[in-house]
Amino acid sequence: MKKFFSKKSLGVAAVFTAAALALSGCGGDTGGGSTEGGGEAGLTYEVAKDVALTGSPTFDAIKSSGKIRIGVKEDQPGLGYLDAATGERSGFDIEIARWMAASLGVPADKIEFKPIPSANRETALANGDVDLYVGTYSITDKRKKLVDFAGPYFITGQGLLVAKDNTDIKSEKDLAGKKVCSATGSTPIQNIRENFPEATPVEYDLYSKCVENLKTGQVDAVTTDQAILLGYASQDPDNLKVVGEPFTVEKYGIGLPLGDTALRTFLNTTLTDGNATWTKIYDATLGASGTKVEQPAVDQY
Amino acid sequence: MNVLTDNAELFLTGFKNTGILFVFSAFFALILGTIVAGMRVSPVPAMQATGTFYVNAVRNTPLTLILAFFALGYPQLGLPDLSFMAAAIVGLSLYTATYVSEAIRSGINTVSVGQSEAARAIGLPFMQTLTLIVLPQAFRSVVPPLFSVFIALLKNTTVAAGFSVLEAGAIRAYLSERGEPLLPGLLWVALIFMVLVLGILTPLQRYLEKKWRVAR
Repeated sequence: MKKFFSKKSLGVAAVFTAAALALSGCGGDTGGGSTEGGGEAGLTYEVAKDVALTGSPTFDAIKSSGKIRIGVKEDQPGLGYLDAATGERSGFDIEIARWMAASLGVPADKIEFKPIPSANRETALANGDVDLYVGTYSITDKRKKLVDFAGPYFITGQGLLVAKDNTDIKSEKDLAGKKVCSATGSTPIQNIRENFPEATPVEYDLYSKCVENLKTGQVDAVTTDQAILLGYASQDPDNLKVVGEPFTVEKYGIGLPLGDTALRTFLNTTLTDGNATWTKIYDATLGASGTKVEQPAVDQY
Repeated sequence: MNVLTDNAELFLTGFKNTGILFVFSAFFALILGTIVAGMRVSPVPAMQATGTFYVNAVRNTPLTLILAFFALGYPQLGLPDLSFMAAAIVGLSLYTATYVSEAIRSGINTVSVGQSEAARAIGLPFMQTLTLIVLPQAFRSVVPPLFSVFIALLKNTTVAAGFSVLEAGAIRAYLSERGEPLLPGLLWVALIFMVLVLGILTPLQRYLEKKWRVAR
């Protein structure tokens, strides 16, 4: 019996060795220049070869490991979404992440997406758990002390999502006495607590729980960045609608480890030069709702 | 230090709510736990079975699930409205009561059978035997395990942060959104918890142990 197992494991080892050899050979052939497939929207990005980027520890790590780890959200349809059934990631942020990876010379199949909740983003970047973070990450002055931001690559603001048949809430002025839900500790809920004292704040760890509560009528409105809310509304237009205009300004940036100025400059240049790519990404994801938006200028602070 | 002073109102609100959750949950858990322990040692089989079922069912359910039920499931049952705070207190009390019950039951087992036999001999019914003879003796032997249960309860209150109660467990999420460095924030939260345990619960435990000490 023992002999049988050892024989089997030998065989397995042989198969793995062969596979590894084949893979490494394959990797050598397609070292650069190939175009890798993007998301389901049919977007593809030219994978850059011989990327010249010195003085970036993050890039050096990416280059030596051959893969990139990108922190994302996976419960925000239209922005960063993981289809649990197919394992497919989709959304505007995901496409931006794939684009940035390609610009760094990393093909789509070498991207390791990591779901990181909002509260852990700075820690994940500081500890090196992820190389980049692309997931509705608002650029703020305080965060700039902990992480660096490339971008902004998108500008939105706090908005309101309500049930389709709700006629009470037309804008943020109608929130008195209403139950307003957002993620625990998020900027939007802190804004509600401070500036809308007559509204009742409700907090769950995930936006999706808020949306679920909205559908069952336990809360009157869900508030967060309007881009996120539009994603939910487009997923279930029969039951949900976005009301009013954004009443704050949020600039989404690509989070990267603090002090990696070389990488930040590189990503900013990619965003600026790739205006056509940006427009294509927008039209294929958030723009599916029919809106046209200009790419915001990057802020090389 | 800056993290604490810059966000003083957040820490105050957070720990105030933690305190409220703890005091009320501990109070109700102590009462309910004592009742359940009494049921489990009572001579009535139906009460024994009920007590045993309750302890085993609730103690083996994760606290997160219990709180999730009260925060998300309960409002859909059409029963009287509970605030999230009240719902969290109910959930924490029900959960902690099972541990209290088991601690007290272990104390009841330390009271020698002769005590209750003597109580019966002078004609006391079960309820009086339990409340006048057995429980007072049981309580003084369970002070240490009971306080372990309450210290665990104090820390368990942080689970309520996921269900819309702004207590100490939510401070981290708030700080992170305000762009404060996480480590000092976490250290402050941990430090305050230690102060609460070492400064309030441990001295109380020591006081009660001393007061109720039995010469053996």
